[in-house]
Amino acid sequence: MKRFLVPLVLFFIVVGFLAVGLNLDPREVPSPLVGKPAPMFSLPRLDDPEKVISPKDMLGQVWLFNVWASWCGACKDEHPILMALSKSGVVPVYGMDYKDTRQEALQWLEHGGNPYIASAMDMDGRVGIDYGVYGVPETYVIDKSGVIAYKQIGAITEDVLRNKILPLVKGLQTQ
Amino acid sequence: MSTTRIKLALMFGFIIVSCLMQSVSAWAEEARPLQENAAVEAQVQRLSEELRCLVCQNQTLSDSNSGLAEDLRQEIREMAAKGMSDKAIIDYLVVRYGDFVRYRPPLKSTTALLWFGPFAMLLAGGVILFVTLRRREKMATEAPLSADEARKVSELLDKES
Repeated sequence: MKRFLVPLVLFFIVVGFLAVGLNLDPREVPSPLVGKPAPMFSLPRLDDPEKVISPKDMLGQVWLFNVWASWCGACKDEHPILMALSKSGVVPVYGMDYKDTRQEALQWLEHGGNPYIASAMDMDGRVGIDYGVYGVPETYVIDKSGVIAYKQIGAITEDVLRNKILPLVKGLQTQ
Repeated sequence: MSTTRIKLALMFGFIIVSCLMQSVSAWAEEARPLQENAAVEAQVQRLSEELRCLVCQNQTLSDSNSGLAEDLRQEIREMAAKGMSDKAIIDYLVVRYGDFVRYRPPLKSTTALLWFGPFAMLLAGGVILFVTLRRREKMATEAPLSADEARKVSELLDKES
């Protein structure tokens, strides 16, 4: 009996490791930016390229920074959620149009609706590199002092919004 | 008549030679930045083989054709042209994308299992092998013959002789 017990236990340990490994999402790379100040930039606004948008302007409030593009499929999935969130007025949502053309981006906002207070244009993806963007959409929760509190890689789902982002935002707003 | 021809020929030859000289000097001027670029390119190549493309995660930056990989190669090229060291460039990317961009993970408390796990397994296997062999050896030497077996053995030996 003991002869079989040891391999059996070993087998279950290995299965345990594999099961956990299979359920991890390899695309979710922990961002080293969480807990660090949001990288500074000043980029032209999508709606009015004469004006400049910078995270400095948002100091003192909790805000969401959503990286999107008109060519991005998953952005269409999270779009209704962002629309509802921006309508609720719980937290200001700013966007960054990543590696896109201005015309297509404007068209997409006109067709689908614009959930953003304003969007920055990062046409060559330089600021995206500073933010460690590698898969659009990505969303950052940034606190009142300009520190990144959370990074969502990929589309925001109802579940993520209700159980992660909104409680976090509420907690940060009362700070 | 013939002197004008010679003059014309000389002039024509002069023009050709001066044109050639000019293009040669043009090459010479271009050659210098090319040489510098070779060092930069070598650094870009070396680094992009060490770094992971975050979009297609089983490819290095040098293998990948994704837009981000191209941007990052360009970014690395610019940093290399500024004379930044390999370490400085890798640090720049690690700050943004985490240790995951490196194909050679650094030795940290979170990566200790990754680094030492295989050796620990090897050691455990060695210990198990040693103990098992020891036990078997003991079993082989310590089992004495029963009286019945001893009789059979002597019988067989007698038959042989």
